[in-house]
Amino acid sequence: MDMMSFLEQFAQQMVNGISLGSIYALIALGYTMIYGIIKLINFAHGDIYMLGAYFGFIATSYLGLSFVPAIIFAMACAAIAGIIIERVAYRPMRNAPRIAILITAIGVSFLLEYGMILIASPQPRTFPAVFDAEIYHLGPVVVNNQQIVILISALILMTVLTYIVNSTKAGKAMRAVSFDADAARLMGINIDRVISMTFALGSALAAAGGVLVGVYYNSIDPLMGMLPGIKAFVAAVLGGIGIIPGAMLGGLILGVVEALVSGFLSSTFRDAAAFGILILILLYRPSGILGKNVREKV
Amino acid sequence: MNAIRKFDLKALVASVILYSILEGLIMADIIGPFWELNIILICINVILATSLNLINGYTGQFSIGHAGFLAVGAYTGAIITVKLGLPFELALIVGTISAGALGFLIGLPTLRLNGDYLAIATLGLGEIIRICILNIDYVGGASGLMGIPRITNLAWSFGLMIFVIFFIKNFKNSAHGRACLAIRENEIAADTMGIDTTKYKVMAFTLGAAFAGTAGVLFSHYFYIAHPASFTFMRSFDILTMVVLGGLGSMTGAITGAVLLTFISAYLSDFPEWRMIIYSITLIVLMLRRPQGLFGSQELSLKMFKLGGGKDGGNTVTGK
Repeated sequence: MDMMSFLEQFAQQMVNGISLGSIYALIALGYTMIYGIIKLINFAHGDIYMLGAYFGFIATSYLGLSFVPAIIFAMACAAIAGIIIERVAYRPMRNAPRIAILITAIGVSFLLEYGMILIASPQPRTFPAVFDAEIYHLGPVVVNNQQIVILISALILMTVLTYIVNSTKAGKAMRAVSFDADAARLMGINIDRVISMTFALGSALAAAGGVLVGVYYNSIDPLMGMLPGIKAFVAAVLGGIGIIPGAMLGGLILGVVEALVSGFLSSTFRDAAAFGILILILLYRPSGILGKNVREKV
Repeated sequence: MNAIRKFDLKALVASVILYSILEGLIMADIIGPFWELNIILICINVILATSLNLINGYTGQFSIGHAGFLAVGAYTGAIITVKLGLPFELALIVGTISAGALGFLIGLPTLRLNGDYLAIATLGLGEIIRICILNIDYVGGASGLMGIPRITNLAWSFGLMIFVIFFIKNFKNSAHGRACLAIRENEIAADTMGIDTTKYKVMAFTLGAAFAGTAGVLFSHYFYIAHPASFTFMRSFDILTMVVLGGLGSMTGAITGAVLLTFISAYLSDFPEWRMIIYSITLIVLMLRRPQGLFGSQELSLKMFKLGGGKDGGNTVTGK
């Protein structure tokens, strides 16, 4: 492969990687927020993303909505689902050992996956095309309009989230709870409500990711959330868990690395690359790229 | 000491009797092939659960990549018997040692991490092992390694299960085991007391991985095939669930968890579409009702059944 075609291929994979990475980032944001606030690896988060894709599917094919209303519908439904899951399965376990909550999360994840199989059959469904496919050539690099839509939607959602977290009263409460839940409670913050809101926000973002994936790959199935769920967690750890810009950065890096590995090596090693990065980052910088090292206290 | 030996002897006699009953029932065709399969699966799952309990329950190191070691055992065992034509006994030994060796290599760097980070790292490593196997054509790649003879029978799996249970029980009661328990209770304190925490963490991890390898050899030599899809992180979750359901840090708990979940799975196999749903609801409800697992960290003993009798009995009921 000569230099020129290498560069072309590289640029092309960067484009693919960034669009995939922004979807990872959307899922990772929910992970990181939930982890930041209740220290739970919410294994069911990937399945909320799947739920979101199905809600988007219902909105576009049965309700005949166009893209923007459909994504808002999916986000709203997933937010409600997230609140219900938190209330039913996680809230009663606030004081239980961490591993028990983790097992509950795994149980919820199974329940969503196989419940969806029961309701919607295990067969993949074709996500209706909400845009006419248009392809743009930027020099040798091919960009389609779905990728542009993904990038723009992800950017808008992340901006809105950053605004909510940094500049609203609710966001301030969220930051306070994740910093020190007991102190926040003493200051009169309703912790349960803040946790519910975090689940709602995180689930809505995951659902948006699900709809975007449906638009991008045109196919959704009940088990689609398993692997992206875990990978989004990798992205969250990569950027520094609990840190919101970290999840965005981690998602993008993960997407780009995966695209490069499948473009230049082999697509079968794509998943191994994601986990390989995870191991490396954990061994050399466990607090993540943007994380601060916290010294262990006795 | 004498009392412990006496207990061991009793337990051994009881297990021989249980084995003879099971074998007799299978001979007499009272237990059909379906339940025979499930009994062997229970033995394999008990090995997996008790070995994971050694890592997660006794040493307190949160590992969720056990399926990776299961895969290593399954595949190396199959290579020994199928590709090299060597005897099954050797396959068991090599499968165990190679899974243990890999556990050692993986454990050494990753056990510096703790808590959720270790969990995710082991989960990732388990997946990396699987993906690597998926890409090795020598062992069949994505279609799996086929044509493995069925050598595992009740005698092998039951015998090895008893061996593993006794090994881990005695390990727990040894000086090494006590060091592991100390690490679980408080790693920094254990370190201050002069326990080489890294050494014992890696030791427990290596032993757990090795026994998972044993289970892998048994597994592939019962089901004729070693397939990458049987060793996904879902399988690791399965094993973890057995341990946590029974009660983390309880040997009898791990055994009960393995038996119970295998039975639930087997019973529900008649309703394939409802199977996982009932399974997951059972899981959630059990965790909500008893977050510390069925037995907590206690061992099952006759004392537990004496209602309100002694402090031991009281401890196991509280918690909620």
